[in-house]
Amino acid sequence: MDDVYSRAGSRADPPYLVPDYVGTRTRAPQRPLILIPQTLSEITGPVYGHSDVLPEEADLTKQHAGEPLGERIIVKGRVLDEAGRPVPNSLVEIWQCNAGGRYRHVVDQHEAPLDPNFTGAGRCVTDGDGNYRFISIKPGAYPWRNHPNAWRPAHIHLSLFGPSFLTRLVTQMYFPGDPLFPFDPIFNSVPDPKARERMICRFDLEATRPEWALAYHFDIVLRGSRATPLDADHA
Amino acid sequence: MPERTPSQTVGPYLHIGLTQGSYGAREIFSANLADAGLAGRHIRIEGRVYDGQGNVVPDAVLEIWQADDQGRYAHPADGRPLASNSFRGFGRCPTDKDGVFAFATVKPGSVPGPTGTAQAPHINVGLFSRGLLKRLFTRIYFEGEPANAADPVLALVPAERRRTLLAKADPGKPGHFRFDLCLQGANETVFFDA
Repeated sequence: MDDVYSRAGSRADPPYLVPDYVGTRTRAPQRPLILIPQTLSEITGPVYGHSDVLPEEADLTKQHAGEPLGERIIVKGRVLDEAGRPVPNSLVEIWQCNAGGRYRHVVDQHEAPLDPNFTGAGRCVTDGDGNYRFISIKPGAYPWRNHPNAWRPAHIHLSLFGPSFLTRLVTQMYFPGDPLFPFDPIFNSVPDPKARERMICRFDLEATRPEWALAYHFDIVLRGSRATPLDADHA
Repeated sequence: MPERTPSQTVGPYLHIGLTQGSYGAREIFSANLADAGLAGRHIRIEGRVYDGQGNVVPDAVLEIWQADDQGRYAHPADGRPLASNSFRGFGRCPTDKDGVFAFATVKPGSVPGPTGTAQAPHINVGLFSRGLLKRLFTRIYFEGEPANAADPVLALVPAERRRTLLAKADPGKPGHFRFDLCLQGANETVFFDA
């Protein structure tokens, strides 16, 4: 059976074991993955769309009585596949820390203030042309205990589904020019410097709303199929 | 042509975005895939995730994707009509402080495989956690299922490792199955690449 989804693009991904990222040492599988054919179980996948999401869930600054502190931002872009086709009507979930670098999470003990007006979670669904858009505040950098004086560059977590089980992706979006890039083992877990660049959004003056918020543009490219699944011979 | 966006870890704070119900926000996913009236054998699959030191993994999230009891997927690439509109075939569950997860679902039927073969009943599993830079992908099969012997995917797994893919029936509780995942070690679960 021929593959429906390309395999070559996975070169962009980090390996499981990256010793500088200490958490991988006890969690990365040690045996090789077993290659299997792409069956109906893999070329299908969960379908969640507009009816599952509320429009206001794309605005992380409107979830509480007041507005969160920090630099208001617009984060928008397109979800595409490797053939450049838009990925329409597909769920995008995001989460992040607040402007001070603190997550609203029991595990986060960073001595930075919680913001009572910021949870840090959002979701939306791409439109017919693969576009998505969130309003949030710029997340701060924060320390972690991976190595002495370790700090994560500012980032937003993104979770995407695409059209099949094989197109699922969780990644992180970084901001241009962050001085922490050279020191972050998670960012640098991606071996190809050009692939690392694809995790950095770009400032978008045109989409920046005067007197209100800076905009950042971030396109996300999911694993692509050689044909639409409906055309594919999966039997 | 655009090139793929690389994968990155979900990190330790995944619950904020992926399991919003865990802190009282509106949830769109569930670990319960089957309404009470859904046709099929209703089952519960419970297990625990272990790291390479034998410690439980309390900060993972599992996602499962499966066919209904007729072996049909709620997806256009399947195309065969489903008996119930309520069945979406997808579930999500975080591990708790003891590394435990549990799904309530129906046992899937046999699913078409490559070139006219039939796949034994199975559930696709995706696992994310801190320390995993990309998703782990495995499958849950059912111990004692006669169709396992002819399953084209199980056939690719060395015989001595197939047991890591088999959910075991709990003899004391009808419909309850046990499926543990080991990320490393002698009992390392078989993980796939498709």
